[in-house]
This record gives sequence, structure tokens and C-alpha cells, in this order.
Amino acid sequence: MSAHADSRSTLSVLVENKPGVLARIAGLFSRRGFNIDSLAVGPTEHPEISRMTIVVDVERSPLEQVTKQLNKLVEVIKIVELDQGASVNRELVLVKVAATAETRGQVLDTVQLFRAKVIDVAPDALTVQITGNAGKIADFLRVLEPFGIRELVQSGMVAIGRGSRSISERSLRPVATPAPPAAV
Amino acid sequence: MSEQVTGAQSLIKSLEAAGVTDVFGIPGGAILPAYDPLMDSSIRHILVRHEQGAGHAAQGYAAATGRVGVCMATSGPGATNLVTPLADAHMDSVPLVAVTGQVGASMIGTDAFQEADIRGITMPITKHNFLVTDPAEIPQKVAEAFHIASTGRPGPVLVDVAKSALQAMTDYRWPTELQLPGYRPVTKPHAKQIREAARLALEARRPVLYVGGGVIRARAHRELRVLAELTGMPVVTTLMARGAFPDSHPQHLGMPGMHGTVAAVAALQKSDLIISLGARFDDRVTGNLDSFAPGAKVVHADIDPAEIGKNRHADVPIVGDCREVISDLVVALTAESDAGTTGDYEQWVQFLAGVKQKYALGYDLPTDGSLSPQYVIERLGSIAGPEAIYTSGVGQHQMWAAQFIGYEHPNTWLNSGGLGTMGYSVPAAMGAKVGMPDTTVWSIDGDGCFQMTNQELATCAIEGIPIKVAIINNESLGMVRQWQTLFYNERYSNTNLQRHGGPVRIPDFVKLADAYGCVGLSCEAPGDVDATIEKAMEINDVPVVVDFRVHRDAMVWPMVAAGTSNDDIKYARDLAPDFDEDDL
Repeated sequence: MSAHADSRSTLSVLVENKPGVLARIAGLFSRRGFNIDSLAVGPTEHPEISRMTIVVDVERSPLEQVTKQLNKLVEVIKIVELDQGASVNRELVLVKVAATAETRGQVLDTVQLFRAKVIDVAPDALTVQITGNAGKIADFLRVLEPFGIRELVQSGMVAIGRGSRSISERSLRPVATPAPPAAV
Repeated sequence: MSEQVTGAQSLIKSLEAAGVTDVFGIPGGAILPAYDPLMDSSIRHILVRHEQGAGHAAQGYAAATGRVGVCMATSGPGATNLVTPLADAHMDSVPLVAVTGQVGASMIGTDAFQEADIRGITMPITKHNFLVTDPAEIPQKVAEAFHIASTGRPGPVLVDVAKSALQAMTDYRWPTELQLPGYRPVTKPHAKQIREAARLALEARRPVLYVGGGVIRARAHRELRVLAELTGMPVVTTLMARGAFPDSHPQHLGMPGMHGTVAAVAALQKSDLIISLGARFDDRVTGNLDSFAPGAKVVHADIDPAEIGKNRHADVPIVGDCREVISDLVVALTAESDAGTTGDYEQWVQFLAGVKQKYALGYDLPTDGSLSPQYVIERLGSIAGPEAIYTSGVGQHQMWAAQFIGYEHPNTWLNSGGLGTMGYSVPAAMGAKVGMPDTTVWSIDGDGCFQMTNQELATCAIEGIPIKVAIINNESLGMVRQWQTLFYNERYSNTNLQRHGGPVRIPDFVKLADAYGCVGLSCEAPGDVDATIEKAMEINDVPVVVDFRVHRDAMVWPMVAAGTSNDDIKYARDLAPDFDEDDL
């Protein structure tokens, strides 16, 4: 995941926490030919709402169409495009890197330098956790590469706007059941 | 107030509460519990012969009446047979609710008998869908399904109900609130956009009202007429909008697109302002998009924001219900007109009137005295008249029915425009007749299309639904054959529906009609056409099927070949219109 900040946009999508929502969104992206770089889903402060962070490759998929089509999904409550300057974003990587008696010290120096964290130790390897934006993670992995990366797992990006405002307020108003529609 | 009922009873009570009076369907294992309380319900259930017929019937019912059409099927194959009508309704924005049975909740995911993940299957082809496993949720989901289907941009909604939920006891309570926080269609257009559209309309010299099916769905035909007459702008109506503006009106230039009139195609192509009302710049209308209407600014009004700017950039996007948009435009332009400001379109209107006259729709009669399909359809339209409802299948007969019948009212022309489903016509006519029992309903069908869904004639005969079917029988898959004639060196691969040189017609449509309890008529001489149609018009107690044995080499003109520019329209083979552009 290299960083092409200029060709990507980050969407925060509030959805109803119901079965099948992820399938609907994944299906929409696939059938409309939209390109996504990453997608992360999880619960929010409201149990009935989940939040997805979707990173879209806007060079290949016009953001306006992506947003409008997403908005048509009944279970999508709200979409906010997060401006890079006005939001913070993080990814999480767990990486298993080879660490022999000779290299262990250098690996640990690197871990410290990037403020990463060792979360598991084996005689010939260390498992390291790092969080950060895409650029920091890419740099970290580049430095670790020569030691030998044995296994790597990465989360999608999650992002949140700066400041005190929340995007999930006022999102769950019900509407009254209408009378049956009349004939023409 | 609530009462203890079975889930099945709750389902039927919910359908009643939603205002349903007619349902098309077929029972089967998983939906079986629902069919028991249905027997005691005020709802009329019409037992069809194939679930696809139920779906298209519900579409025809909805398109003719403006009410939500309802179809019902069992799990697995019953549900998958609804896939085509659901996709069709999705493309053509038809309000539809499909209720399907699903295997019991504990069996879901086990590859049980007659199990299919119909919710997963129909996700891309429905406006929304639900799987209900909790019987308490049945009324809520039914209420939400009808609300979603009939509001905003209408569309199909599927409610899949597990058999275990139908069998369990539950409280029935019709909901007072819908839990749809993500569904809030915008119907009221933005005043600023209306003002901007009015400004462009007054500045334009070559404007055109590009009218789509949204005007019919929004019941905005009266408002459209007021707008057209207020401004004097020329009007074109797409395949989905035939009837939204009277064909007899002098400002009407007909249908644009691949088989549109030269005048309608020219009006879009040479305009400086397209005011699109409930239309979606479909590829069959625009031809090659890059060369479509190169000099036109676009005002694009649609209730679905995602349609605006999807295919063509909109200079003035207007999100809203077409009726409200047009009403607001009328108010804005009336104010301008009262202040003495009106558009100057005189030269443009004159130019298009010339094109309309010079390149009027027409056809050549076969030289061997055989029957011309266009003539049959034209006479049918004249004799049955503009008060009748016409449905069609897909192909040549569909285009001729769109071209040669004069439509004066909305909801009188029902066809499969977006998906292009052969087999739509007969079941859609059945549904339309159920919804509008006092109206004459003609199904105009090809012999290819007819054989895809004609089993519904049995339903019509038994249920007392006296539709009339005109089979435009050219013994071939006519539109495909036309393309083979034009683009494949007349190599007719698999388009002949009869045996080569065989003397027997298979099937004999007159005998087939008879076997289905319908009256079967046939006609192959031009001189017999009127008398045959009149005879069919007199039979109103049983369905009538007329086998019109027509000339096989007739072609649909004008034509813009697929993927080419509208500038390259031909009004007959190798004949391009010659516009006197100096007149513009």
C-alpha cells in the first residue's frame, strides 16, 4: 500500500448495523466497476450503527458517482468525505520479522525508532505491531525488509475528523408510516 | 392494538394493511403457510403458470395503475424465476413488492431442499430487499417494503420470509413508524437550481424538452403540457415516456434514440439546451456519447441524484420529483413571461417542423402483397384507439408499436425498456387488465417473445382476464435478423423460428389459442386486417389471440447503428437525412 495521497479519497460511511450490509456495499463496488484501495468496518458509539472507512481510487472512479450510488443503498445512513488536513487516519500492521542473535538488536532499534511495539517473541523471529498512516507504515516495512519479513497482516485504514464535532449525531430519526398509495 | 396470529396471518394482514387488492403468484413448500390465510383474505390471488409471469403481471399492473404491483413465490426455483421481472422492474423504475418463502431459519445455509439465497441473488437488481426470520418483524418489513417501492425513484423490493417465521405465533401490529434512517428521497427541487434552469431556458435559442419515464412515474403529464405550451419548446418522449405528452400535439417530435424519429434525434443533437425531465441519457438515446448533442447545455432533473451527471455532464442539476420540478419551472417561467421575458425559439421551431415534415415516420409496403407488420400495428392503434393500453415484448414489433401507435395518455404504453425482456408482453397485459378491468388491453408481441411466456393465456382464460394478443408473426427473431441483414452479410444464424421449407407452422398459434380456452384468429391479407381487429375488439368475455402472418424482411427505420453518432442516423437503408442547417 503505497501512498498516492492525491489520487485517493477517504469516505466515512455510516451504515445500519444489519446482516448483509457489507455484501451490499462490496457488490455495489464490484458491479459498478469502482476501485477501492481499502475498506474497514466496525461498530460505533451507537450499537445500531456501523462505520466503514473506504479509501477510493478517485482517478479511476469518480468520487461523485461512488458517493451517489452508495447513498442509494437504503442501509447507508450518511457519507462524509474526510479531508486529509482535517482528519487523522491510522492503519495497523502486524509483521513477523526474522531476528537472529546478530540482527535482533538492529530490529529492536528499528522498532523503537518507529515507535512500534514487539508483541511476540520467538528464538528466531519477532512479531511487531505498528500503527500509523500509510506513509509511515511503508517506510517501516522498507527498513525491516532486509531482515526478512516472514508474514504480514494489515488492517484497512480507519479515519476520523479532527475537532469536537461528530458525524453520527442526528442520524436515526424514524419516519411515520404513510397511508397506502392511492391510484392515479 | 395487537393480536396473536401466525406469521402467515400477519403477512396477509400486513399486505391488506398496505392496501394490496391483487397478488400474482404460485404456492410451493416454503410459502405454503401464507396461502392458507390468503384463502380468507379480501386480496384476490391470481394463480399464474410461471413465476416470471407473476412478476411481469405485477409490473404491468403497477405500470397501468400507478399502484405497487405484488407477486408471490416460494423459495428456491420459485424465487429465482422472479429474477428477470425484478431486474426488469429495477431498470424501468416499476414499484413492485415480491414476497418469497424461504426455508426455515434453522435450515438457511445448509443447502436445504429448494433453498436459494434470493436476497443475495437479488441485491443488485432490487431497490432493496429483506430476509425476515423473526415473525414479529413481518408487518414492519412489509410496511417498509411498500414505502421504499413506491416513493422516491420507484423500484422493486423483495421480502424473503422464512417458513419458520410464517409458522410461528406472533403479535400482529401495523407499524406507526418506519425504521429507515438511510432512506430520505429528496422530492422538492432547490429554488436556486430552478431559477438557473429558467435563466438558461430564456437564453437558449434551440431548447428541447427531453422527457423520460420519470414524468409518467411522477404523474407529471399535466404539468408537462403546461410547461411545453407556456414555453413553446419542442418535446421528445423516450421509449419509457411514450404517452407522457400527446402524440397529436404539434410540439411533439416523437421518440428520440436508436429507432427514433429524425426530428426527435435532430432536436437533441442540434439543440443548445436540453431540459431533461426524468430521463437518464441512456445509450439507446444518446448513441455515441462523445458526439451526442455537442452544442447543448444540460438541465438534468431527476429524483435519483445518481442519474445526474452519470452519463452526461449536467450544467444545472436538479434533484427532485418531476411533478414538483416542472411545477416550479412553470411558476418561474410564468413570472418571467408576465414580466415580458420569453424565449425566442421561432427559427428553431420552424427548422424542426421542416425536419418533421420532410422525414415523417413511414414504411414501404411489401411488393408481393404480403402483410406489412407496420401496417398491422398502425391499424391496431387506430381501431383500438388512444384509450386502450398497449404492452409489447422486445424487438422490431416493440419499436413499431412505439412508432406507429398514437399515444395520448400516460400509462397506456407498457414495455420493457431498460432490460429488454422478451416475454414481457403477455403477462404484463394480464396484469394491466387486472388493474384496469374496464380498459381494452392489447398485447402486441412477436412470435419469438410470445413463445417465452404464452402459458399465461391459461391464467387469463381461467381467471377471466380477457386480454387481446396481436402476434406480429414473421417466423423469426426479427430484430436479430435485421442486424444480421445489416451487419452480418445476411447470414441468418439461428433466427429462423420455422423449419426450413416446412409447410407446417410450429406451433399453430390459432390452435394454441384454442387449446388455452382463448379465441384464435389469423390474418395474412392486408384487406382482412381491419375486419380481424374489429372482430377481436368485439370479443370481451375471453382472451383473443390474433396471428398476424407478416412479411419477414421488414426493417425498423430510422436507425442509429449501435455505438455510432446520432449524426449518422439513417431514415432508410443507406439514406441519411439532409438538414438545411442554413435555416437554423
